[in-house]
Amino acid sequence: MRISHAIFEKNVIVLIIGILVTVSIGGLVQLVPLFTMEQTIEKVEGVRPYSPLELMGRNIYIREGCYLCHSQMIRPFRDEAERFGHYSLAAESMYDHPFQWGSKRTGPDLARVGGKYSNEWHVAHLIDPRSVVPESIMPPYAFLAHKDLPFDDIADHLKALRITGVPYTDEEIADARKDVIAQATGGDADTSGVAQRYPKAVMGDFDGDPTRITEMDALVAYLQMLGTLVDFKDYRPAADYR
Amino acid sequence: MSAAIAAAPSLRTPVRYEEAVIKKFTVATVFWGVTGFLVGVVIAWQLAFPALNLGLEWTTFGRLRPLHTSAVIFAFGGNALLGTSLYVVQRTCRTHLFGGPAFANFIFWGYQLFIVMAASGYVLGITQSKEYAEPEWYVDIWLTIVWVCYLICFAGTLIRRQEPHIYVANWFYLAFILTIAMLHIVNNLAVPVSFTGTKSYIYWSGVQDAMTQWWYGHNAVGFFLTAGFLGIMYYFIPKQANRPVYSYRLSIVHFWTLIFLYIWAGPHHLHYTALPDWAQTLGMIFSIMLWMPSWGGMINGIMTLSGAWDKLRTDPILRFLVVSVAFYGMSTFEGPMMAIKAVNSLSHYTDWTIGHVHSGALGWVAFVSFGAIYFLVPKLWNRERLYSLRLVTYHFWIATIGIVLYITAMWISGIMQGLMWRAYDTLGFLQYSFIETVEAMHPYYVIRATGGTMFLLGSLIMVYNVWKTIRGDLRHEAAFAQPVRIVTGAAE
Amino acid sequence: MESTGIMEWLHPLWLVWLVILFAVVVWWAYRPKNKHRFEEDARIPFQDEGEGKEDGR
Repeated sequence: MRISHAIFEKNVIVLIIGILVTVSIGGLVQLVPLFTMEQTIEKVEGVRPYSPLELMGRNIYIREGCYLCHSQMIRPFRDEAERFGHYSLAAESMYDHPFQWGSKRTGPDLARVGGKYSNEWHVAHLIDPRSVVPESIMPPYAFLAHKDLPFDDIADHLKALRITGVPYTDEEIADARKDVIAQATGGDADTSGVAQRYPKAVMGDFDGDPTRITEMDALVAYLQMLGTLVDFKDYRPAADYR
Repeated sequence: MSAAIAAAPSLRTPVRYEEAVIKKFTVATVFWGVTGFLVGVVIAWQLAFPALNLGLEWTTFGRLRPLHTSAVIFAFGGNALLGTSLYVVQRTCRTHLFGGPAFANFIFWGYQLFIVMAASGYVLGITQSKEYAEPEWYVDIWLTIVWVCYLICFAGTLIRRQEPHIYVANWFYLAFILTIAMLHIVNNLAVPVSFTGTKSYIYWSGVQDAMTQWWYGHNAVGFFLTAGFLGIMYYFIPKQANRPVYSYRLSIVHFWTLIFLYIWAGPHHLHYTALPDWAQTLGMIFSIMLWMPSWGGMINGIMTLSGAWDKLRTDPILRFLVVSVAFYGMSTFEGPMMAIKAVNSLSHYTDWTIGHVHSGALGWVAFVSFGAIYFLVPKLWNRERLYSLRLVTYHFWIATIGIVLYITAMWISGIMQGLMWRAYDTLGFLQYSFIETVEAMHPYYVIRATGGTMFLLGSLIMVYNVWKTIRGDLRHEAAFAQPVRIVTGAAE
Repeated sequence: MESTGIMEWLHPLWLVWLVILFAVVVWWAYRPKNKHRFEEDARIPFQDEGEGKEDGR
């Protein structure tokens, strides 16, 4: 039985090509149209990039693995609408790098938690969840209140996001540091710039300690804006959507 | 590799297989397995008793859960796959590894470095938050380098084989290596904030990121935890049972249909989300179709024993391997069912998903790996047999009871919570607040954690058995079941 | 994106692709001509014991 070596090698290459073609088809058919089809993301008013403070808060949300127990994706069911609010739209996460829809609800959905509780409630709950919800099984995050928010490189974060397609302007990048301070101080600070650049951003000293900007400030600022951007009084789903 | 040998494949020339690196992979598999199970047990108890989060930032559930999933999937499962694949490819090609021992050692240590970098990052809060793809950009780049070397080593060995045909186990391994490379690169495309920092932003956003992530996530299951481990099944079950696979032809159909269908199933993780309907429907259809090749493979694995069923009674190693395939059949039936949108509307976001994953992960992936480890250790260290087959039997039963506790607890808690969320009282109000549904989970979380603890205990028995075998000890013991057939004869 | 044209063309055809692929694989695997070859292939794992003990069969 004489078999030439060249055919062996060819066979492995043929097998590799066969596998690659076979496993590529599904991905191409499912992924590519999502980027090209117009109706993937509905057009709605109000969705904007995160303010620098919210972005930092979001990064803490990611760092602590909150997505492992909290979804941010309300499904179009009656019980979910009553419990959490209007079902989530694709447009609402269009600036999310990465998305935070989650896959498990060990805790409740947070897609529209913004504005539902006071800042004080969030701080108390994050420091010791069982002090406000006795049956809660959430870990305590008291350390957030003791850690200063590192935001010296905030402009670099906005620049990196701009590469991925988030429309931050030069002005927003230049003022990013200032905007963090203004939004987290609230009160006497000049917040007009933040308010104009990031409509509906929640201002204030979130953690109750006006002397410093902590990670707690940033996380609560993020939680308080979740799901608040789209005004559903004006929203009419397109007939061909879903 | 002389032409003379190639011309006469029937001539058994002793090949010096590269086995030092396989030994390392085997030990690493055992080590990371126990580590991953331990972290899993810790977080399971945390859900039952939140005080176990200890109030420290490094020990919260949110930071330890990726540690658990990565440790079991990539450290335990990954080492099992790399080790067995490099063993199987040598044996079935009757040639030694391409690139030699140094290259193989680079792959081994490079892969361990990947694990350590990823794991230390999680504890410190360095994560990109994409499930099962949490490592940040610098770890991703390192893994890509190691993975390409692994592909070169594996494919290079295939190319210079002394056996005219490529055995089917190698097809599965090759599909696993190639597809994981593709998924890993596309899903992890990211823009680092700075090249001296750890943080990056994923290139994809929102709905596209969700689809990319679950295209990755589901096929990490399909190609890492399924195709790769089917490679183990197609080699180690025939070897341990000492008979060829039931139908080699079926294995070919199994292979092509499985890899074709799996890649489409990702969107079933996104039912009723903001993902467009057409994608959800495609995901559902392909997930249901996936049931067929999965069961084709299961039948092929189990029926390999046809005519030798008594071995199941006498050989605990074979029992691990075959029961793993039975669990594979069970979870690949449950999976398509949960991909049906109506079922998914209940099961999604609940513990049912967690239970489903663990019937596959503990029952299929871990059991088939245990079987392969028990097969490999005496062979690699040149021992007559394992230190103790009785201990294998103990391991098997303790782990099996652990799994049963785990998945039944998660079925009940998952379905119960799903029903509680949508329950209305007679006045038309939601019957339960969210926190009431959390409270109701407590007993099931305790049962689940108990099951997980048993599974961990079983693996510690394995550690002891493997350790004694490597040392060269033999336990003198009578087998639990003798291969006698008097009873069967009387019954006939 | 230039691939849109190809995707639009492929989209309605995926089912046809699937059936053709499946038919070819089944035909190849179950062709009587290949029967012997595949039975040989199934024995590959038992031909490796060049060193160490023989595993029989």
